[in-house]
Amino acid sequence: MNKFIVSPSPHTYTDESVPKLMYGVIISLLPALAVSVWFFGIGMIVVTSVSIASCILFEYLIQRYMMKVKPSHLDGSALITGLLLAFCLPANIPFWMVMIGALAAVGIGKMTFGGLGNNIFNPALVGRVFLFISFPVAMTAWPEAGQWMQYTDAVTGATPLGMMKEGLAFKTVGEIMPEVPSFLHLLSGKMMGSSGEVSALALLVGMLYMMYRKIISWHIPVSILATVFVFTGVLWLANPDRFADPLFHLLTGGLMLGAIFMATDYVTSPMTHKGMIIYGVGIGVVTVLIRTFGAYPEGVQFAILIFNGFTPLINKFVKPKRFGKEVSRG
Amino acid sequence: MNLKTFSRGGVHPPEHKLSSGLAIEELPLPEVVVIPVSQHLGAPAKVIVDRGDQVKIGQVIAQSEGFVSTNIHSSVSGKVLKVDKFMDSSGYRKMAVQIQVEGEDWEETIDRTDDLVRNTVLKSEAIRKKILEAGIVGLGGATFPTHVKLMVPKGKIAEYLIINGVECEPYLTADHALMMQRTEEVFAGILVLMKGLGVEKAIVGIENNKPDAILKMKQVAKGSKVQVQGLKVKYPQGGEKQLVQALLKREVPSGGLPIDVGVVVFNVGTALAAYDAVNKNRPLIDRVVTVTGKSLEKPSNFLVRIGTPVSYLVEKAGGLPGDTAKVINGGPMMGKALSTLDVPVVKGSSGILLISEAEARRKEVLPCIRCTKCVTVCPMGLEPYLMMSLSEKARYERMESEKVLDCIECGSCSYTCPSSRPLLDYIRLGKAEVGKIMRARKAV
Amino acid sequence: MSQIIIYTIITLVAIGSAAAIILYFVAQKFNVYEDPRIDEVEAVLPAANCGGCGFPGCRNFAETLVKSESWEDLFCPVGGNETMASVATLLGREAIEQAPRVAVIRCNGTPEFRPRFNEYDGAPTCAIAHSLYSGEGGCPHGCLGEGDCVVVCAFDAIHMDPVTDLPVVVDDKCTACGACVDACPRNIIELRKKNKKDRKIYVSCINEEKGAVAKKNCSVACIGCSKCFKVCPYEAITMENNLAFIDSDKCKLCRKCAPECPTDSILELHFPPKKEITEPVEAEVSE
Repeated sequence: MNKFIVSPSPHTYTDESVPKLMYGVIISLLPALAVSVWFFGIGMIVVTSVSIASCILFEYLIQRYMMKVKPSHLDGSALITGLLLAFCLPANIPFWMVMIGALAAVGIGKMTFGGLGNNIFNPALVGRVFLFISFPVAMTAWPEAGQWMQYTDAVTGATPLGMMKEGLAFKTVGEIMPEVPSFLHLLSGKMMGSSGEVSALALLVGMLYMMYRKIISWHIPVSILATVFVFTGVLWLANPDRFADPLFHLLTGGLMLGAIFMATDYVTSPMTHKGMIIYGVGIGVVTVLIRTFGAYPEGVQFAILIFNGFTPLINKFVKPKRFGKEVSRG
Repeated sequence: MNLKTFSRGGVHPPEHKLSSGLAIEELPLPEVVVIPVSQHLGAPAKVIVDRGDQVKIGQVIAQSEGFVSTNIHSSVSGKVLKVDKFMDSSGYRKMAVQIQVEGEDWEETIDRTDDLVRNTVLKSEAIRKKILEAGIVGLGGATFPTHVKLMVPKGKIAEYLIINGVECEPYLTADHALMMQRTEEVFAGILVLMKGLGVEKAIVGIENNKPDAILKMKQVAKGSKVQVQGLKVKYPQGGEKQLVQALLKREVPSGGLPIDVGVVVFNVGTALAAYDAVNKNRPLIDRVVTVTGKSLEKPSNFLVRIGTPVSYLVEKAGGLPGDTAKVINGGPMMGKALSTLDVPVVKGSSGILLISEAEARRKEVLPCIRCTKCVTVCPMGLEPYLMMSLSEKARYERMESEKVLDCIECGSCSYTCPSSRPLLDYIRLGKAEVGKIMRARKAV
Repeated sequence: MSQIIIYTIITLVAIGSAAAIILYFVAQKFNVYEDPRIDEVEAVLPAANCGGCGFPGCRNFAETLVKSESWEDLFCPVGGNETMASVATLLGREAIEQAPRVAVIRCNGTPEFRPRFNEYDGAPTCAIAHSLYSGEGGCPHGCLGEGDCVVVCAFDAIHMDPVTDLPVVVDDKCTACGACVDACPRNIIELRKKNKKDRKIYVSCINEEKGAVAKKNCSVACIGCSKCFKVCPYEAITMENNLAFIDSDKCKLCRKCAPECPTDSILELHFPPKKEITEPVEAEVSE
């Protein structure tokens, strides 16, 4: 006689699984990766490979020898962390710094909290900020695009946001704008910046893919981008000499990468659509505040980390709309 | 066609309606039936026959005990072998009557002709009495006694009767078959229920994966006060609260019943049973059961006497396939897994589903990555991920304030979880514990 | 320069004094008087915070011990009589002695005795399995083997035996706190009097079904035949609902009942081989 299996309902399950979702995210990162390799050549390849390899290695080592659990280093989450970390580093950063960043990302950002699903802050951003504070010079020497064979010896320059910040000290926006890359270049990514964040277009393609696969909903990226657009728009209208226009803000810096791939990290973002919008608006506001009034030219990483910290609070107070609280007739 | 659906959450499991469009096949009688006395929600009925008694088809063998309870009838004629505890679908042993089948000896009062009786002269109260006597319960699966639902509580007004022809569970086709082949009777049953309830308006909700049933019901309902409404396919549309919301945009309040918004919901099978009971004097002794499964030789819609062993149904559908690893009483989303085929078909059995080894086992449980999918699909607007972790930590008071009792146990959360977490298992546990706490509080 | 230093000192001193004054008044205002004996009693208690006494933690128990008039029902099972005696000396009261107890698993449904005819694949807790169905072996009273008792044990005194699929209590570690008794959805676990050398005799079954039914699922089920009941010279055995029960407070460990049991459902543990004590009996002694 057959030995039947007994379990509580339901007895059928979706085909979706955590590794499938993770690899979906990786696929959506590929266009941006391709663009970066095109612009930054060998440097991008080295940084990315080192970052991914060390994230996976550190995850394995920590799980195997420190936490003594079954390692889950191949479920795709460490790969994403590695990829995202590489994306927000300059492509000419020495590889040993990348490894330190990966250790901070996986070790401090993820494993100290208990591994996948328990971390409060986005691991890749923890790694990036750790490096940014530890090695400020290396982290702000951006290679110029198109130097295929140069790695750490690449010619460097300033990011558009950096130019804006520096320039505003003694010039008006109108005087700075001719110096920054054209909008077409900003869109395609031919500018100075962290390796993966440069091409807004490639990142948007990734976002559309993730939305198509229903990996992410529109709430977080759209609310961040819309907030930045509206907030900078208001500032720009108020004083176009002092503040850059909204399109410039949308297309420069790590905003697209942050809004699409970092802020939407499942673990560290709110659970409800309403909460996601609050979170997105918060990130947008803080980003603009740092960019326009803060000491750093770019603030999206800090904004995301700050609101990562708010996520548990948002989850506690923003609940989904329960069924049947009010009775509507009609 | 203008299609409606409920607004919050929902999932789209693959439908696999293998037995769709097949004629209802009446099964020959088995040799022995086992009829449990508790096939409904509420108090078990009290056995009134003894070992050795001769019983007729349709004879009452156990009588309703209390208001929320109903009669149990013999589904066959023959000799009572035993009045004892028999294994039910949960593997626990419950009181039941075992009858040896001998011939076909019907109660004389039952109208066994195929003549259609369109209208009933009976008044509301008489209809309710007949339905109680005939042992009618909700045949959608919840098995709540129908006469209780027909009794509108004081201070409430019934405005609409809603007939649930949604059949949103994958695989199941019993209701579809009824609507296609017993259309006239189902319709007459709706009229009976409307009269019993004292309402002027009725809506039949049918999902759009059964366009033939929508069409047929529309034809027969033409010119009457019964409206037939097509619905977008989405699980769990067959849930009472979801169906009411889909059809009327009224939300049943938390902890309330559809009658709180002026609605009473019945399944199409219940409508047919009501017709049989009131217009034909025929108690609930059989029902349509879908027997299905991907490796099953002959998926079927069987008309089965209550008490027939499940093994007999499987045998008639081509025998148990060798790769069967799980047998489910009901659909794959809300059905109950059986530990053995040695259990009887009861009033609430809507289907027998055989699942093969490849699909039977749950996947490895991974950590929650807070992907929000469970929150998004929950049709009740709850947070399953939170419920599970609260339940694991035995924080039942918090679960209560998070409205765990609103959960309709549709299984959408467990279905959709990419980490294969047993969300509903823990929510159900929490619900039971919260129920205990609340009862204890009431008792004080 | 010296000005800066002076200002700094003045400012710091000012802030410090202001804070000290505020703290002083706040401490006065919100001061809660606590009986100092509570601290002393708490220090004597085992600090396991297991809840075995019925209170949320050792401190709550200490508070109750100090405040309540009668010590009836107040007992620390973990510390036992010794701890209770030192608490009593501390407070100048009389301790109520209780016999030490130990948790006993009253099910012997190993796969050998109770064949598994289905497989449970739900969330791995007994509570969920119990509310779902009768279990892998079909016995509605038997151990489900998912280990809820193991999880709740704060003293690491229970573990699952992979061969028998049943929990095993380590008598030396068990403090009789009762956490497992509450955790078991089937009420299989009982706290029984602890005997010398951990000897015990008990009916390892709680199935109340009729004999034939119980036996169908499990060959070592108690079938309620009353043979042990008849042979017991100390009236320690009671029969209720087709089930024999040996009261551990009345049992004198004479071992007359076990050989009588036709299904071997009475277990004798940690006894020396039978021949040395009494006249030879022709029955197989389990363990």
